[in-house]
Amino acid sequence: MTTTAHNPAVESHGHEHGHAEHHGPRGILNWLTSTDHKVIGLSYTITSVLMLVIGGALAEVIRGQLANPNGHLVTMAQYNELFTMHGSIMIYLFAGPFAFGALANIIVPIQIGAPDMAFPRLNALSYWLYLSGAITMLLGFFVTGGAANFGWVGYAPLSDAVYAPGAGADLWIGGLLLTGFSAIFTGVNICATVFYLRAPGLTLFRMPIFTWNLLVVSILILLAFPILTAGLVMLYADRHLGTHIYSVAGGGVPVLWQHIFWFWGHPEVYILALPFFGMVTEIIPVFSRKPVFGYKGMVFATLTIAALSLGVWAHHMFTTGVVLLPFFSIMSLLIAVPTGIKLFNWIGSMWRGQIWFSTAMLFAIGFVVTFLIGGLTGIYLASPPLDFFTHDTYFVVAHFHSVVMALVLGGMAGLYYWGPKITGYMLNERIGKVQFWLAFIGTQVFTIPQYIVGLNGMPRRMAVYPNDPEWQTLNTWSSVGAIMIGISTLLFVVNIVASWKKHPAGDNPWDGHTLEWFTTSPPPHHNFFRLPQIRSERPTWDHNHPEAKALAHGKEDH
Amino acid sequence: MRIESKILLWLGIFFGLMCAVYWTWSLENAGGVMMFFAMGLCFLPGLYYFWWSRRMGYRPEDDPNATQETGAGYIDAFPGSSIFPFTLGSGAFFVVLSMVFGSWLLIPGLGLVIWAALGGIAEGRRGGDK
Ligand code: HEM
Ligand SMILES: [Cu+2]
Repeated sequence: MTTTAHNPAVESHGHEHGHAEHHGPRGILNWLTSTDHKVIGLSYTITSVLMLVIGGALAEVIRGQLANPNGHLVTMAQYNELFTMHGSIMIYLFAGPFAFGALANIIVPIQIGAPDMAFPRLNALSYWLYLSGAITMLLGFFVTGGAANFGWVGYAPLSDAVYAPGAGADLWIGGLLLTGFSAIFTGVNICATVFYLRAPGLTLFRMPIFTWNLLVVSILILLAFPILTAGLVMLYADRHLGTHIYSVAGGGVPVLWQHIFWFWGHPEVYILALPFFGMVTEIIPVFSRKPVFGYKGMVFATLTIAALSLGVWAHHMFTTGVVLLPFFSIMSLLIAVPTGIKLFNWIGSMWRGQIWFSTAMLFAIGFVVTFLIGGLTGIYLASPPLDFFTHDTYFVVAHFHSVVMALVLGGMAGLYYWGPKITGYMLNERIGKVQFWLAFIGTQVFTIPQYIVGLNGMPRRMAVYPNDPEWQTLNTWSSVGAIMIGISTLLFVVNIVASWKKHPAGDNPWDGHTLEWFTTSPPPHHNFFRLPQIRSERPTWDHNHPEAKALAHGKEDH
Repeated sequence: MRIESKILLWLGIFFGLMCAVYWTWSLENAGGVMMFFAMGLCFLPGLYYFWWSRRMGYRPEDDPNATQETGAGYIDAFPGSSIFPFTLGSGAFFVVLSMVFGSWLLIPGLGLVIWAALGGIAEGRRGGDK
């Protein structure tokens, strides 16, 4: 007698009439009115990658100016606008929205078997607020007085009405108000989606790590972003309504801005980083053909990082002389522990796997290496005596560029991994690999000279520097690295054009583990025609490999 | 729902402890206040979810052995497409621009916001388009 194999693929949600083609408006009207998370996510992806290109172009001008000690590419005043807008565009308009608006929007609902986000119209509103915030901030370049020029951190008193009288500063504030609300709404939406729209059997401890990280990021967004928004409202009031919250003249406290800004700003670092951690945690196991190593450890590490990240803000303020050094130093060093757990788990996931060095995997490994460099130099900066020595030098610039360039590499990994799912077509692997090596080597060529020149004392935010042959050589190398990174980003655009509608991807090109690989590429309206039975954190793998099911865990999850 | 609420409650407890240590040690108020409210922001939804988790018990998504059929139900309760998020977003855009370029921009701004609010509510009442 044979046992009938049970058919794990059953109709989802009792939802029969196929929604393959959805009868909504088409073309531009579809873009304006769509509430489908995939359309919104794609808009986010395109807009934020465009911001990466704009911010990158400004960076190339900065590096052009710094390629020799007395550059004449831009004036000093323009240079201030350049680094401010470069940093602002990259952090507020690229990294954040790309992290929690772009791939997250597309992938999170699919990974948990949901038909859409919990609040589709709110989701669309998030995008429109983001887009209008981006336009608002960029408008600064076109008003008299130019764009904001007080650094992306907007410290008081540089950002007050006396030192920054122009409309550019107000546009910077206004743009951040809009993108801030956009982020908050996205946070609400992702939390509600993950809490309420998971497929049957998809317990919390069977969620893919990417979704886990986005849940935690959303909680962090809800804790941090309202504080930035409040701080900006007070800044606006100081500038225009005659209050003196941040100005000594009227009895205010300038350093209060720094407390508020960094109470948002450090959690923001993890709001940016955790989604990319999640991406590589999805990618590394798939291309090592193994389950993720230490699933629960990963979740625990993510939660610990989030919890600690609210107690470290003043490590950006060590040199103000008014913060509790031991507290912030200890808390910052503690974050290294869960981050270390993650690193070991990534290595553990690759250990003895059959590694497939696809472009996505290369980028993921590039992320791990580059993030390790940024993380290790961060440990130095968490120690006040060392920070006193390196604060506001190129050592800091190099540290955070190791981190953010790691995020760019991780984001590229995500685009190569999920791109075929989103568009239905593969990206060219050969161009992708050239892109990877250029970006990876370029990043190191760009940052390593900056670490050295920073230790030699070169301050950041300077348009000219002393005519020292060693400094000049190091800066020239750094500019060479920047050009390599720039070319690699252009190669990505070339790749999209070159592989446009060439090689259909099929549902599951990578033999993936999670639910997004169970549906079609691109997924239909409402994402699924059917869902497999979910018995582990790898439902698609279990379905395709009944001989090698993932070990059940999460039973205790009640 | 139980675990969801526990995550938030544990975060809240952690922030509370951190707040107590920080505030008594540093005597710096800004950070103390912000941490205190961070704790509150975790307890508020955390306690609410905890209360709900006791009322509604285990849902199919909390049950490790659930079959897909248990999730059957009505989807598409929301409009499949809507212009009002765009309207509301552009309204907010003009309101923010009015902070920079003059308060006359409040006229289109608030106009769009009110239109979006009324239209969006009416559309929500109608439910999903089929
Ligand atoms: C092509 C890649 C990039 C290059 C060549 C580049 C170059 C630079 C340089 C030279 C500075 C220092 C300016 C100065 O202090 O005078 C800078 C600052 C900065 N960069 Fe980048 N960058 C790149 C990518 C990124 C990315 C991806 C991010 C974030 C996601 C980022 C965020 C920032 C921030 C926040 C600052 C500080 C701005 C300030 O001082 O207010 N950069 N960048
Ligand atoms: Cu920090």
